Amino acid sequence: MTDLNAIYVIVMREMKKFLRERSRLISSIARPLIWLFLVGAGLSRLVSPRAGMPYTQFIFPGILGMTILFSSIFSSISIIWDKEFGFLKEILVAPVRRSSIVIGKALSGTIVSTIQAAIVLMVFPVIGVKLSAAQIGLTIIVSLLVAFSISCFGIVIATFYESYESFSVIMNFIIMPMFFLSGAMYPVKLLPPALRAAARLNPLTYGVDALKNTVFTSAAKAGPMSPDFSFSADLAFIILSSAAFVALASGFFERKQ
Amino acid sequence: MPAIIRVEELTRKFGPITAVDRISFQVEEGTIFGFLGPNGAGKTTTINILCTLLNPTSGRAFVNGFDCRSESRMVRSSIGIVFQDSTLDKDLTAYENLAFHAYIYGVKKPEVKPRVEEALRFMGLFDRKDDLVKRFSGGMKRRLEVARGLIHRPRVLFLDEPTLGLDPQSRSHLWEMVVRLPREHGVTVFMTTHYMEEAEVCDSLAIIDGGRIIASGSPEELKRSMGGDVIFLKTTDNAAARLKLEAALGVAPEEEAGELFFSAPRAEEQVPAAIRALSDMVLSLRLQKPTLNDVFLRLTGKQIRPEDVHGADSVKEELRAYRRRH
Ligand SMILES: Nc1ncnc2c1ncn2[C@@H]1O[C@H](COP(=O)(O)OP(=O)(O)OP(=O)(O)O)[C@@H](O)[C@H]1O
Ligand SMILES: [Mg+2]
Repeated sequence: MTDLNAIYVIVMREMKKFLRERSRLISSIARPLIWLFLVGAGLSRLVSPRAGMPYTQFIFPGILGMTILFSSIFSSISIIWDKEFGFLKEILVAPVRRSSIVIGKALSGTIVSTIQAAIVLMVFPVIGVKLSAAQIGLTIIVSLLVAFSISCFGIVIATFYESYESFSVIMNFIIMPMFFLSGAMYPVKLLPPALRAAARLNPLTYGVDALKNTVFTSAAKAGPMSPDFSFSADLAFIILSSAAFVALASGFFERKQ
Repeated sequence: MPAIIRVEELTRKFGPITAVDRISFQVEEGTIFGFLGPNGAGKTTTINILCTLLNPTSGRAFVNGFDCRSESRMVRSSIGIVFQDSTLDKDLTAYENLAFHAYIYGVKKPEVKPRVEEALRFMGLFDRKDDLVKRFSGGMKRRLEVARGLIHRPRVLFLDEPTLGLDPQSRSHLWEMVVRLPREHGVTVFMTTHYMEEAEVCDSLAIIDGGRIIASGSPEELKRSMGGDVIFLKTTDNAAARLKLEAALGVAPEEEAGELFFSAPRAEEQVPAAIRALSDMVLSLRLQKPTLNDVFLRLTGKQIRPEDVHGADSVKEELRAYRRRH
């Protein structure tokens, strides 16, 4: 089937470009670590450890979510570059299904983000988190799913923009609100009702929640800082929303002007 | 010969602008078809419809027997295309750009390397295959794009201004490759150009202006439609010579700047008769053939060649590259 070829080669292209841009890898790993150690350490003085865990440990899944959010969206909106520099036309005149193009792009983002999330995950002993091998494995699998859904979401966003000038709009009005309304920094249930409703519509919320469900100890899962949804609800939402995003993005690409 | 491209009453509007206005034409298989027109005539819009990136507002277009609107995937696998603006990935090497293309067009893995290398050799880029495309000159990029368009062995190759902005040397180098395509690869070439030398080599041409096809035919036919060649004569006695020519050839010569001239459909064949009629009165004789430029000028009232379109383009590109880095 030619479309497997297409998915393969789209992924390979992104991997090559990713490996050639070392600075991107370094900054995308540095950002979450800075948040974890600087912001986390600062705020842990303000937040009482009544949840039975230090604040740094509470935000750890959120920081993994942040790693995935930034690198998945950055990877997906490289489509805007491809539009601006014309390469997207080369892809769009190829005899492949639009959904294959979307899946190829989304898998690229998934792989890149999951590698980064796995690297960030490895700092767990430093902040006093205890993880079994099974938990590590499960966290990586969950990261893969979350990264895929956020990458697909990023592609949907990218179909709306024609030039890279829109980058700061995407950064300020999409990425940052998604991060703060995901339960990464504070539990969704503590938010005021309007923000809570927004958080429930945020695809990242369920990703961060799923990561909390895999990383937190059973004591933390019972406390006031506990996950907001059940693990199975998280997974169901992540999988269904990914399918919806793939369909949407393929539709947008298929629609000719 | 069957028509490999068939366009019927094709129209495309962008809001109030009618970029392409009820055009119809056919391109025969194995020929080079030239689409000539000034800036904004609708050439790129037509190509975008033919290569399925754009839907027509009305009318129909078929490539290789497939409908461009409803059978886009079949059309896409029948064609190769070099867009007006570069669509290479400049952060990949020449080889990687071509290999990407081979895979996405479903070339089997063991076939990829030989095909990519063959295409690179054909375009004379083999020794630069591992260089990043951003280090290529404009001419090399263009050749690389033609090489890429051929990797999947398309039936039709679209070239939108393939030589615009290239220096004369790279232009003729690229052009040499293009004219070999129908013979050596059985590829039909559909190209737009601003260069008359290139239009001369096409098997057939269509001239488009303001979205409408205003003339079509082979370069010869188009030039003949100008009323043939013009013979200019200097004689010892223009008044006497004029009468003799009228009697012998049935033409009505006019005089300008001491020179007699008259137009003749096939001037080469008239020259001996003219000299015979005038015996030794002829001081000099010259023959002027209409060029495609004359045809173009007469039909559109415009000179065809835009100056420095490419210059503006590359400034734009550098600006983007600059923004990207910062
Ligand atoms: N996407 C678009 N939106 C609006 N107008 C467009 C669009 N694309 C083309 N046009 C208009 O359609 C007309 C034909 O444009 P087109 O690009 O087909 O010309 P062209 O013959 O290729 O010109 P050139 O020689 O400059 O490349 C122009 O008036 C152009 O402004
Ligand atoms: Mg054009």
